[in-house]
Amino acid sequence: MDTKKLSKDKLGEFVAVLAKQNKLYIPQKEGENLKFKPLSGDQEELDFPRITTVPPKDVFFPQTETLYRFEQGGTDISFPKEEEEAVVLGIRPCDARAMAIMDSLFSWDIDDPYFLNKREKTTLIGLACLEPGVNCFCTSVGGGPASTEGLDILLTDLGEDYLLQVLTEKGGKIKLSVEELLEEAAEDDLDTAEKLVKEATSKIGRSINTDGIQEKLPELWESPLWKNLSNSCLGCGICTFLCPTCHCFDIQDEMEGLEGRRCRVWDSCMFEEYTLHASGHNPRPSRRERLRNRINHKYSYFVQNFGKIACVGCGRCIDLCPVNIDVLDILSQVVKEAI
Amino acid sequence: MKENGNPYKPEIATVEDTWYETYGERSIKTFKVVLDDEKARENWGHRPGQCAMIGLLGVGESMISISCSPTEGNFLRFSVLRLGKVTGALHELEPGDKMTVRGPYGNSFPVDDWKGKKILTIGGGIGQAPLRPIVEYVRANRDEYEDLTLIYGARTSEDLVFKSEFEALGKQDDINCHLSIDIEEEGWPHYVGFVPSLLMEVNPSPENTIAITCGPPIMIRFVLENLKKLNFADEQIYTTLENRMKCGIGKCGRCNVGGLYVCKDGPVFSYATLKDVPEAFA
Repeated sequence: MDTKKLSKDKLGEFVAVLAKQNKLYIPQKEGENLKFKPLSGDQEELDFPRITTVPPKDVFFPQTETLYRFEQGGTDISFPKEEEEAVVLGIRPCDARAMAIMDSLFSWDIDDPYFLNKREKTTLIGLACLEPGVNCFCTSVGGGPASTEGLDILLTDLGEDYLLQVLTEKGGKIKLSVEELLEEAAEDDLDTAEKLVKEATSKIGRSINTDGIQEKLPELWESPLWKNLSNSCLGCGICTFLCPTCHCFDIQDEMEGLEGRRCRVWDSCMFEEYTLHASGHNPRPSRRERLRNRINHKYSYFVQNFGKIACVGCGRCIDLCPVNIDVLDILSQVVKEAI
Repeated sequence: MKENGNPYKPEIATVEDTWYETYGERSIKTFKVVLDDEKARENWGHRPGQCAMIGLLGVGESMISISCSPTEGNFLRFSVLRLGKVTGALHELEPGDKMTVRGPYGNSFPVDDWKGKKILTIGGGIGQAPLRPIVEYVRANRDEYEDLTLIYGARTSEDLVFKSEFEALGKQDDINCHLSIDIEEEGWPHYVGFVPSLLMEVNPSPENTIAITCGPPIMIRFVLENLKKLNFADEQIYTTLENRMKCGIGKCGRCNVGGLYVCKDGPVFSYATLKDVPEAFA
């Protein structure tokens, strides 16, 4: 593995080089919230939060995305322009793993060019998580504070410097473009990084044993658990909108004057309309069925189809649920109830 | 963005002919359409049981069963029940008008594996639309199949689709046609009662038979129950499901029954596959 060191003094230059050659996404404030946005000229000091409120999935899967445009009454369809080369700087390992999880879905039998083209053109420079949050549980679902899955480069904050580990060919190309800003990493630096990651791992306070959960969930289909758990749910959908692996979308037509577009927009399995038939029949008529589907999808169906859990343990759904529904509580009840 | 290989790119199609199957608030209109692009037309190649996303630019798309067999010619047929925004706008279309079409989607009825067998279709209401391609496929290859039996019913005689076709089929010696309506009507010569009861009345033998059913969820449930009473094995029973769909290619999430996606793993399922799938008949 190609490992270098980037002095924090040179971070500004590093960012400048990246921004010159690519569309550069970094965490920024948007109102109260943090999200990844393209670097703009009036950028204040660079700051990497523990985690952004909105996961960077929207870089690849925008909340609203034009599939194609047309004119009213016409039959000519025009497609969006080719994607540009981009870099996401400061993505956390959990959010990068989420992209690898989404890759499986968006390349399942039929490729989704909108998502996959952006993935192909984008390099992910991650930042190891040395200060896990109270609701982080990445280590329970196959990740970790320095997990590299989905990443092209991993940075680890050593205090004065970042350790920079190149993980993929794409990462290698980026490294070449910033080569002159980098220093050689010493054996000590690697040891320090390892120690810091180990400490971070030990700070993760929450966990769940997911062994056999794929099989346990369908057994609890009729359990009163789902009714009880969904009693307090407001159906607001925040758990899905801000989930880095949630990928459900709606397709809507929009007209503005004579110009029209067909676009895809984020949707949520927690909404009634999501499964509502035109006849009025709804196979998931209440929040009980919708919550049950969300949990089954993430921890059972997705595993059945792709061999991995569709959850990276980022804790956002726990942090941000307005009525304190906690996915780990749900899963621990599943484990307890299952025979 | 390249157009080629873009699964969301629709074809433009022209309505060649259209007619009402049923009238009223929940009218059903059939559209015979032809894809404008010659190459797309050649490459289309659907199989009985598949669906397509049809729509109008500026309004939206709906997943609709392709209600014709490829043996009928190089065109497509859709029978659309008017219920929402898209189907309402589709009903306004007249011959010469354009619609968008993408697909074909999903798996299909294994009609070629069924050669040498007796075919029994059991439909209710608009649920006959996905069954019609089986009937037409069998008719086009009549020598290769044994008995062909159709059971079909609707609420009233006004709600039956493909009425003139059924009348013609009923007169053919090599087809057993059984029609029903739910409520007694003056002059109705056929069965009165629900489709699952008519099935018991017809009392088909399961021997070397494949039974395929589609209709309202409640009808499907009782038909399945009755087929089991008639000693049909799970593997001899097929159905086709519908759920709300948006992408048609297993990405948008909503049409799943358990871990299966109706748009991709279905819409055709054998009862052997479905019986243990959660919410398959929800």
